[in-house]
Amino acid sequence: MLTILFDGVAYGMLLFVLACGLSVTLGLMNFINLAHGAFAMAGGYCTVILVNRVGIPFALGLPIAFLVTAIIGWVFERTLYRHVYARSHLDQVLFTIGLVFMSVAAIDYVMGSSQQFVQIPQALQGQFEVFGVGMGKYRLLIIVVCGLLTVGLQLILAKTRFGSRLRAAVDDQRVARGLGINVGAVFAVTFAFGSGLAGLGGALGAEILGLDPTFPLKYMIYFLIVVTVGGTSSITGPFLASLLLGVADVAGKYYVPKLGAFVIYAIMIAVLIWRPQGLFARSVAR
Amino acid sequence: MTAVTVKNQAALAADVSAYLKQRARWSPLEIAFWIFAFATIFLFPSKYLILKDTAILALFALSLDLILGYAGIISLGQAAFFGLAGYFSGLVAKYGIINEPIIALVFSGLVAAALGFVTSFLVLRGSDLTRLMVTLGVSLMLGEVANRYSNITGGADGLQGVDIAPLFGRFHFDLYGHNGYVYCLIVLFVCFVIARRIVYSPFGLSLRALKGNTLRAAAIGIPVKWRLVAIYTVSAGFAGIAGALLTQTTAFCSLDVFSLERSADLLLVLIIGGTGYLYGGLIGAVIYKLLQDWIANLTPEYWQFWIGLVLVIIVLIGRDRMESWTASARAFVVGLGARILSRPPALGGAAPDGP
Repeated sequence: MLTILFDGVAYGMLLFVLACGLSVTLGLMNFINLAHGAFAMAGGYCTVILVNRVGIPFALGLPIAFLVTAIIGWVFERTLYRHVYARSHLDQVLFTIGLVFMSVAAIDYVMGSSQQFVQIPQALQGQFEVFGVGMGKYRLLIIVVCGLLTVGLQLILAKTRFGSRLRAAVDDQRVARGLGINVGAVFAVTFAFGSGLAGLGGALGAEILGLDPTFPLKYMIYFLIVVTVGGTSSITGPFLASLLLGVADVAGKYYVPKLGAFVIYAIMIAVLIWRPQGLFARSVAR
Repeated sequence: MTAVTVKNQAALAADVSAYLKQRARWSPLEIAFWIFAFATIFLFPSKYLILKDTAILALFALSLDLILGYAGIISLGQAAFFGLAGYFSGLVAKYGIINEPIIALVFSGLVAAALGFVTSFLVLRGSDLTRLMVTLGVSLMLGEVANRYSNITGGADGLQGVDIAPLFGRFHFDLYGHNGYVYCLIVLFVCFVIARRIVYSPFGLSLRALKGNTLRAAAIGIPVKWRLVAIYTVSAGFAGIAGALLTQTTAFCSLDVFSLERSADLLLVLIIGGTGYLYGGLIGAVIYKLLQDWIANLTPEYWQFWIGLVLVIIVLIGRDRMESWTASARAFVVGLGARILSRPPALGGAAPDGP
């Protein structure tokens, strides 16, 4: 029971790191980015190549994956995405689904369609028991890393100048612009950072989530659930939603394995009917 | 004084109804389109399978156009209705509950429409993103359910052993797909006529009004919510008929009827053809199938990449600009048709009011 909870928390933490970039882009630019998973996949494949083929240690592979994906995200934002912000939601959906299709086929072409595994160091494999609760070492690492990231993000958002600019831009873009905040630049940095986080999540999660070319399609719905259920106005909303989703998914797969993902879709629809703006939304203004 | 107003009102009403009737008249170009569509039965006897798929896709796209183009509801979940009706028609045929394909088809449409009615209340809440999520969630949930009860649906292997009885007890669905294609085409035509009737009715006009501005539409007395529920239900029924056609003509149904790709492809079809006029889905389906066939011949494994590229390019060019191109192309064709037939142009009228 507690093991399920533990696995669920690890899974949820991972989902949060994967999806928090998406929640910021959605909240800031009101932009529906279905291609977010493609960046996560890029991070995962980057680590696979670096660790398995080049032989770089796993601990070094993770930050490189973050950097590479952040750069890819920045380039895409500056060249492609920014033309689509002002468009209708339908256009955004079409555009990003197109990107997803392209990334799926391109990875399939370059890396093959089989599932990839990252070679995890020996020290991180195996389990140990605390008070009779079995905990995987790797999952513990995920919880620690993602927990630190969450605290760091929260601090950046709450304490730094950049954080207050970002919050101002999310709350009211026009007024923020009027106050001399360069919203475009803030957004580019945030987008790159969010993509980088997704890449890091993809690298960390390759072991748990599995990594193959259909990754963006398979997990797109999970990211979107996190964002829609959590709301886009804060970072705690998506965080709690991720934990809820992670625990519900692991528990659902454990107790009613044949229903698979049915449980979380049902939860999502129930939440959206109950609170269409998300579970933790502050206002309904947007 | 009042008598005058009443008289004026009567005259106005007569004017309006005359205008509406004129708008709803079948233009020569539309008639030519359908004559050509039925002529394909004799023109391309070796292409029945792809033609049949095109007809089914066209009907499916038509169903999406009803809600997207006319009522402005973005949906990624039309596959839910398509798949539900597909499985329904497969199961009733497999267990011999309803043997006559046409009756099974009608019932499949009704089942899908019932699901559409129930889920419409979920869809009509919230923003575009919420709608996307709920529609997508419904179709994925149905996919999970179909996977769960694999003893009934066949699970990942698909529904096998479906034996479709001959149409009217006479026409078998043969391997070459001749009867299947004729059947699909007739169903498509019937559904199109119904959709056309809906779109040109006052009900259809009220849909356009509320797509343009929901608040104003409500202010002039259109019951926005019930209109949306109604069109969503009708659209679900059409999508269901398309799904049932696929199962009946292939005697097979698999889990991918519920997949996200199916709904996403459908959006692409409609975008290629143009939203908001009934021929958009039809033309889009033809272009999409040709494109898919051509690309799949070039690179069988990676055709998805090129489909994605087409989507990205369409958005970057801008749908408005593309629509103005297609509109001018349409105007050109209409002008040509008018010159040849020397009748007033009217296919432009098939796109009521423009964007």
